[in-house]
Amino acid sequence: MAIQEKCRIEDHKQVGPRHYKLTLASQYLASHAQPGQFVNVRCCETSDPLLRRPISLHRIDAQKGMIELLYEVVGRGTELLSKKPVGQELDLLGPLGAGFKIDPAKKIHLMAGGGMGIAPLRALAEQVTGRGSRVAGQAVYILIGAKNKESLIGEDELRKTTDQVQTATDDGSAGKKGVVTDLLLDFLDSQLSVTSYPLSVIYACGPRLMLKAVAEIARQKKIDCQLSLEERMACGIGACKGCPVKTVSGYKMVCKDGPVFDAKELVWN
Amino acid sequence: MELAGIELKNPVMVASGTFGWGREYADYLDLNKLGAIVTKSITLLPREGNPPPRIVETPSGMLNSIGLQNEGLDYFLKEDLPFLAKFATPLIVNIAGESAEEYAELAKRLSRETAVKGIEVNISCPNVKKGGMAFGVDAGLTKEVIAAVKKATSQPIIAKLTPNVTDITVIGQAAVDAGADALSAINTLVGMAIDIETGGSRLGTLTGGLSGPAIKPVAVRMVYELARAVNVPVIGIGGIMSGGDAAEFLLAGAQAVEVGTANFVDTAAPLRILAELNDHVHRHPRALNLS
Ligand SMILES: Cc1cc2nc3c(=O)[nH]c(=O)nc-3n(C[C@H](O)[C@H](O)[C@H](O)COP(=O)(O)OP(=O)(O)OC[C@H]3O[C@@H](n4cnc5c(N)ncnc54)[C@H](O)[C@@H]3O)c2cc1C
Ligand SMILES: Cc1cc2nc3c(=O)[nH]c(=O)nc-3n(C[C@H](O)[C@H](O)[C@H](O)COP(=O)(O)O)c2cc1C
Ligand code: FES
Repeated sequence: MAIQEKCRIEDHKQVGPRHYKLTLASQYLASHAQPGQFVNVRCCETSDPLLRRPISLHRIDAQKGMIELLYEVVGRGTELLSKKPVGQELDLLGPLGAGFKIDPAKKIHLMAGGGMGIAPLRALAEQVTGRGSRVAGQAVYILIGAKNKESLIGEDELRKTTDQVQTATDDGSAGKKGVVTDLLLDFLDSQLSVTSYPLSVIYACGPRLMLKAVAEIARQKKIDCQLSLEERMACGIGACKGCPVKTVSGYKMVCKDGPVFDAKELVWN
Repeated sequence: MELAGIELKNPVMVASGTFGWGREYADYLDLNKLGAIVTKSITLLPREGNPPPRIVETPSGMLNSIGLQNEGLDYFLKEDLPFLAKFATPLIVNIAGESAEEYAELAKRLSRETAVKGIEVNISCPNVKKGGMAFGVDAGLTKEVIAAVKKATSQPIIAKLTPNVTDITVIGQAAVDAGADALSAINTLVGMAIDIETGGSRLGTLTGGLSGPAIKPVAVRMVYELARAVNVPVIGIGGIMSGGDAAEFLLAGAQAVEVGTANFVDTAAPLRILAELNDHVHRHPRALNLS
């Protein structure tokens, strides 16, 4: 169950050119949220900008009663959010939506993040590896794509969850030159045996075109695949029918039925 | 309080399409404390709704083009009504159709349900038989659809008016003449938002409906005009975010209000607004002569 609550800002740091990491105190969110779920954040108390902004849970620390958000300033809402000082309270609605499903039968976890799509992968990787104390027989590989070196955010943090992190940038200023799907294809073709495909699962979050390409790769190679989608939102709780995505069984709501969907469910056009 | 034969718990209700089927908000606030629950518009057959994006934020407001996505009347009766019937709060079902006959059929079948205490008729929909012109922008079409609903039900009828007209009192009077027991105003204002990078609409459709604080002054003016023109109660809707906003509508002549877009911003909005309104009335007993 989600709740609306005011959470104290415990830490708020700039971690990239337009990127921030926000730590909030919430025992409730920290003990109830699942990787892939999100919170709907009220960025200001006035009516402009009016709506809440959806942000994924980057880290979920039940022991400390803290959650972390990782976000990029792209417009007025996130700009206002970035100005909020430590000690102030932030109005959050969450945890919302359906997150990633961790199938115990899968041993190889491939996580692909494009741009800010890496945000939910930290929480997911921590869940799969059991917060550092590596679960035997589980392998986590993280593939990150970004525009350039500066916007390659969170790599160091993700390396804390697994030593298998690969990066790519559009301009080649860090990691491999190319996009995250290049890394994925390369990995599947040269580093993973075909016999391991049934034991593998791909989780991806990022721009729509990237997700479409990942879905196609997963379909061709018959690998299970979960995608975290984005859509413009108003309510965030399934009430307004404002955030549809086409699926094989008609429109579903990204905020309620997702944001994480099985790739096989989605219809691309 | 009583309004057009409906026993409201208080003057603050929720607006159609902004509160889902009640269920979505049940975790966040006590549905028993609402003035009334107004459902999202129900159509006879399921509707898939419009292509995304369906939401665009605009200054102090938002445009939506949901396209009346809903599962249709049969599904509502089977899946949603039993849940809503559990609450002591009166249930007002909002209906939408493409012809007067469709509205009548909806009203007829809903009247058989004891849990339904009133019917709000969304006349902002296009009349498919008459070339897609909205019923609610034409006095003759408004009369036709409200009269058809009146014949089909003995439930109180609220005609929900569109602001996209030259003179809302003409349409309001037509609805009253045809048998409307109350009027609610306003539905969303037709608007557009253009993506200056692509040159295309920022919605999946060309136009959408504007709601939120941006429309409040228009809504207050229209409620003021209606309250002076008709002899049935008027329900004020449009950009209500606070008890003060609700008070403004009551001062303009509304007897009750519906809270819409505010539900997206604050899940406790209707109850907070009610508390603020009560507090306001307490502090200004003469400005607001409420009974
Ligand atoms: C489920 C979900 C999880 C998300 N998680 C994160 C996250 O962890 N970190 C992060 O930085 N961002 C995340 N986003 C995107 C974030 O919500 C938007 O960047 C934010 O709403 C922009 O608000 P703004 O006022 O700053 O920009 P606006 O001025 O509203 O818009 C600026 C740009 O952002 C795009 N945008 C606005 N709202 C959305 C939206 N709901 N979805 C996609 N694009 C949008 C617009 O198309 C525009 O190009 C997530 C979105 C969703 C739907
Ligand atoms: C997302 C959304 C969906 C709506 N759906 C309906 C609907 O199905 N039927 C209807 O009569 N009005 C619908 N409305 C209009 C509202 O009920 C209300 O009249 C309007 O939004 C103005 O009030 P507000 O500014 O408080 O939102 C909808 C409004 C929004 C924002
Ligand atoms: S944002 Fe309202 S249904 Fe998803």
